[in-house]
Amino acid sequence: MSTVILLTLTGLGLAALYFLVASGLSLVFGLADVLNFAHGLFLGVGAYATWWAAGNLPGAGSDGLGFLVAVAFGVLAGSAVAVLVELVLIRPLYSRTIEQVLVTVGLSLAGVALLQATWGADARPFPRPEWTRDVTSVLGAQVPNAGLLLIVAAAVVLGALLAFLRFTRYGLIIRAGVENREMVTALGIDVRKAFTLVFAIGGAAAALAGALGSVYFGTVSPGQGGSLLIFAFIVVVIGGMGSVVGSAYAAVAVGLLQQFVNYYGTSGLGDLCVVGLLAVVLLLRPQGLAGKVAHA
Amino acid sequence: MTEVKSPEVPAPPAAVPDELTPGHSRWHGLRPYAPLVALVVAAILPYSTVNLPGVFEGPLNSPGTLQLLAICLVFGGLAAGYDLLFGRTGMLSFGHALYFAAGVYGTDVLVTRAGLPLWQAALLTITGGTILAALLGAVALRTVGIAFAMVTLAFAQVGAILVARDFGGLTGGEEGLPLDVSGLPAALVGVTNTVNLYWLALAYLAVVVLVVHRVSGSPTGRVLAGLRDDERRIGVLGLDPYRFKLVAFTLAGGLATAGGTVYCLIVGGASPHVTSSELTLSLLVMVVLGGPGTRWGPVLGGVLYMYLDHRLTAFGTSDAVNSLPAFLSHPLSQPLFVLGTVFILAVYFFPGGLASLRTRLTPLTTALRRR
Repeated sequence: MSTVILLTLTGLGLAALYFLVASGLSLVFGLADVLNFAHGLFLGVGAYATWWAAGNLPGAGSDGLGFLVAVAFGVLAGSAVAVLVELVLIRPLYSRTIEQVLVTVGLSLAGVALLQATWGADARPFPRPEWTRDVTSVLGAQVPNAGLLLIVAAAVVLGALLAFLRFTRYGLIIRAGVENREMVTALGIDVRKAFTLVFAIGGAAAALAGALGSVYFGTVSPGQGGSLLIFAFIVVVIGGMGSVVGSAYAAVAVGLLQQFVNYYGTSGLGDLCVVGLLAVVLLLRPQGLAGKVAHA
Repeated sequence: MTEVKSPEVPAPPAAVPDELTPGHSRWHGLRPYAPLVALVVAAILPYSTVNLPGVFEGPLNSPGTLQLLAICLVFGGLAAGYDLLFGRTGMLSFGHALYFAAGVYGTDVLVTRAGLPLWQAALLTITGGTILAALLGAVALRTVGIAFAMVTLAFAQVGAILVARDFGGLTGGEEGLPLDVSGLPAALVGVTNTVNLYWLALAYLAVVVLVVHRVSGSPTGRVLAGLRDDERRIGVLGLDPYRFKLVAFTLAGGLATAGGTVYCLIVGGASPHVTSSELTLSLLVMVVLGGPGTRWGPVLGGVLYMYLDHRLTAFGTSDAVNSLPAFLSHPLSQPLFVLGTVFILAVYFFPGGLASLRTRLTPLTTALRRR
């Protein structure tokens, strides 16, 4: 029994990580039609900025309030990079979708190489608060605190995102833009401002995933974002592009499936099952669990 | 809701057929033979002992240089095969690395683990890779646009996981699998025989270019171009887009598998990085840099990309770069940083790639000539 609880909670921790990356990807794709390969870069920037801040920024540290400051700095940095990318690189190519994808591909190659050039290719130990190394006993299962932290953070982000989308004017514009961008433009609203906003939110969520994921893994390395990104893409497609709630459901399904099959089957089998799930969903319900039709 | 959210693949700029551009010189009549001349020059290149300092590390006929050239040629062929999908049919596949990796690992496993002779292993691998492409293509092509890209990416990821997790101890996992050379023909083994591998790579490139050109010149090729430009119209004409796309996908997969077999022989083994999605991304970069849908652009892009990828490492560790301040020298020592930046600039300023350079420079040259 305790094994099942442990697997469920670690699976949810993984799901939280996927959700943090996928929610931004999904919103960006739903609104701006940009398949953002550079999203892994935002994650890397968040992780490295947090790591840097914990060591160098006055007031920040690896424990207590200082750690909060460091994470906040990382999230801000990720968000800033995302906004910069949108303004400088994506906006001039507005409505030329393939070119936008190509630019983000180039950016993901160059950006990761830049991180590698600055801090080296090897994984570095990540400064993390003492209490995240411990375990908490939940119904007899020893669950690592870092995983619980991820779950809480993802739940908070999900709640905040939903509240933002539902109760604010910009949230309304974003929801309407995902539904039908041309109509929103026709009503005289500058949707491109919403693009920048969505990039900022997505970048912040990805940076948070980078920082907390590094706490979870204990190390930070330049390639971290890339491997997470593929599963985040899968989560986005399963959940339906443009739907935050769909991403949350899909992340939970993918995380739990992966964790349970990897434990009870051979290691690696869970990853294959996830791809199988993707194929089944795409063939039976191409628009995803909760999304609009992703193709013509 | 009828909104079309799938990114319509914009047609790459139509290549102006060479026959239509007015010839200025008496060499005009010889132009159709230029590829043949280039092939002959490439074939006799290993007999030259010219030393090009800075361009290559040793003389042209040294094994190191020949191996680098052979890798460049293989990737030129791969890029031309990928262009059959991206540039000529308008399919954005993110899983092309899978078929290349199938070629590399298929050959390696059959020769090293099963002890088959090379020709049997190669034949089995290429047949298997083509069938794999047909099967996976049949599933993936039920989706279009971004969903298609995602499904192919996911299939390729399965390949990467299978190789990395080393099920059954076949692939050697993270360490890769060196090729067992004891059963290979003697002409393909050893440093002194690198020249034969070079010729093999050249032959592969020639075959791919020939196949791609023949296909795109055939009625099928015209349907493929039609699919790229307007898929619905092809459907209205009574042709089945699905079948034609599957043909192109299978053919490109088979060509990539053959490339994998050649690559496996050249580098003498398999390593997991050939399964990574980054390989597909770099194929995309090659094609876009060269010029999608053009005759020689993808080949040029592939050769140049691999050359730069290898040589920029040497350039990055050279004294000229190391003497620069750290904020310049560190990024410059990363080939991918340089290539990624060049790629972004190319998307902005040279959308037609290298192949469009001539037409883009025409106004300039005519203006110069007029003076």
